[in-house]
Amino acid sequence: MAPVVDTLRLTAEDALGLVERREVSPAELHGAYLEAIGERNDELHAYLRTVETAEGASIPIALKDVISTKGVETTAGSKILEGYVPVFDATVAARCKAAGLTLLGKTNTDEFAMGSSTENSAWGPSRNPWDPALVPGGSGGGNAAAVSAGLAPWGLGSDTGGSIKQPSALCGNVGLRPTYGTVSRFGVVAFASSLDQIGPVAKTVRDVALLYSIIAGRDPYDSTTVELPEPVQLPDAERLDGLRIGVPTQIESLEAIEPGVRAAFEQALELARELGAEVGDCDLPISYRYGMPCYYLIAPAEASSNLARYDGVRFGPRTEAATYREMVERTRDEGFGAEPKRRIMLGTYALSAGYYDAFYGQAQKVRTLLIREHREALATVDVIATPTSPTVAFPIGDKAADPLAMYACDLLTIPSNLAGLPGLSIPCGLSDELPVGLQLLGPQFGENLLFRAGHALERAIGFDTVPTRFRGART
Amino acid sequence: MAISREEVLHVARLARLALTDDEIERLTQELGKILEAVGVVSELDLADVPPTSHPLDLVNVWDEDVLRDSLALDEVFANAPARDGDLFRVPPTA
Repeated sequence: MAPVVDTLRLTAEDALGLVERREVSPAELHGAYLEAIGERNDELHAYLRTVETAEGASIPIALKDVISTKGVETTAGSKILEGYVPVFDATVAARCKAAGLTLLGKTNTDEFAMGSSTENSAWGPSRNPWDPALVPGGSGGGNAAAVSAGLAPWGLGSDTGGSIKQPSALCGNVGLRPTYGTVSRFGVVAFASSLDQIGPVAKTVRDVALLYSIIAGRDPYDSTTVELPEPVQLPDAERLDGLRIGVPTQIESLEAIEPGVRAAFEQALELARELGAEVGDCDLPISYRYGMPCYYLIAPAEASSNLARYDGVRFGPRTEAATYREMVERTRDEGFGAEPKRRIMLGTYALSAGYYDAFYGQAQKVRTLLIREHREALATVDVIATPTSPTVAFPIGDKAADPLAMYACDLLTIPSNLAGLPGLSIPCGLSDELPVGLQLLGPQFGENLLFRAGHALERAIGFDTVPTRFRGART
Repeated sequence: MAISREEVLHVARLARLALTDDEIERLTQELGKILEAVGVVSELDLADVPPTSHPLDLVNVWDEDVLRDSLALDEVFANAPARDGDLFRVPPTA
């Protein structure tokens, strides 16, 4: 029997068209993706669990396992939430349901979204569809692998330091980290609340914009959310005339950026010029020297507070002990993996008496400088461009034993996240046969601008999002 | 910047983590290296810079004062390791 659709190539927009024209039913479409999952998930481990029945009148979606789904186990990649079945939907899950999207399943993540490779998942790593010996990035590697391998038309992830943008880059997808405050986190497992954002991953900029329009806007259940100042516009322009793109001068001297990544990035800038954009310099002197240290104080500090709720009392597994305190301490020691423990310890230390001012307080001040320097840069250019990740996908195991090497993966995604700004990653070419991501950063609420720039560049770049080894697998 | 084994034990107590001896040893090494890397923030003179706790300028977010249903008790306790009537059961606190 011929497959209903080619899930490797089908965009969400085209899938919506098929359903609207009644050429394919929501159940058939859901079934086609489940079939693809059956074929490729054993190798890629993108999904932790799938949902067999299509409940909804539209197309399917994958949700990262930090997003609460009523009646469907949600573990955040951690043993400490093993068996946890939410009794309510996260606001973003509810909005997807209201739009008729059918839940395909929950995708793998580093434990509590802490990591850049999914190797920190308590349930084992996901693998990169372009080469299964390599990581898909993280923490949203499950989503990225799923979209890239045709196991979902699109997905929702979370991004604290780069967990949407970086895996999108490493798997050849488009990923958006929206402006802080535009998407509700109600019902999302919290990591670092002044940074966590929910956002879409898909094959095209238009799909990402469409999914963003479904989830964005104020939610009374998350008091940090605001209404969008203007509605989401699906981009269609092919030119970039007059757009001022700034490349931070500091990028030049960052040795962490691989030559192949640099080459693909330069090529994308050249294409931007051909489309009419003015490519010039901008300055982010604090960002690349102090951004990562600042992030690794603030995020663990907030995590140490957020993760205090895992105490074996109200949900999750419990390790029995004679006293309350012993029960809590042993439950936490057995339930958390190495990375959350590292960050809880680091954060608790940075917040503790005697160290607060030197570490956490100082980092909060550095954050003010980061906000200022991004504002100044964006006063002279419309969009800032950098590579998304300094490297292409790396081998599983390569950085697993060296926390600082893993932390460096997010060197380029972290600074704008601390500033609360939106970032879009689009694939801009290959290096060593592996995808390279281009990161476009804009002002607060500048998503429409990023969509326009990203769409025009995406058309000009013409990147084939289907991993080389799957091409010709189906015709 | 080094962190001592005693400091690690102290922080683990604050964080309610019953770490094993191996974990304490490993974390003493790792946290020392990480603190050295993140400690570069102290190079900057920021006496006159205000701290940022949140990237949006939001103050006084109000909600309508209306009654809404809460979760039913059976839902609240659905994931509880131990329930005792309408309470979460835990071991003695002392």
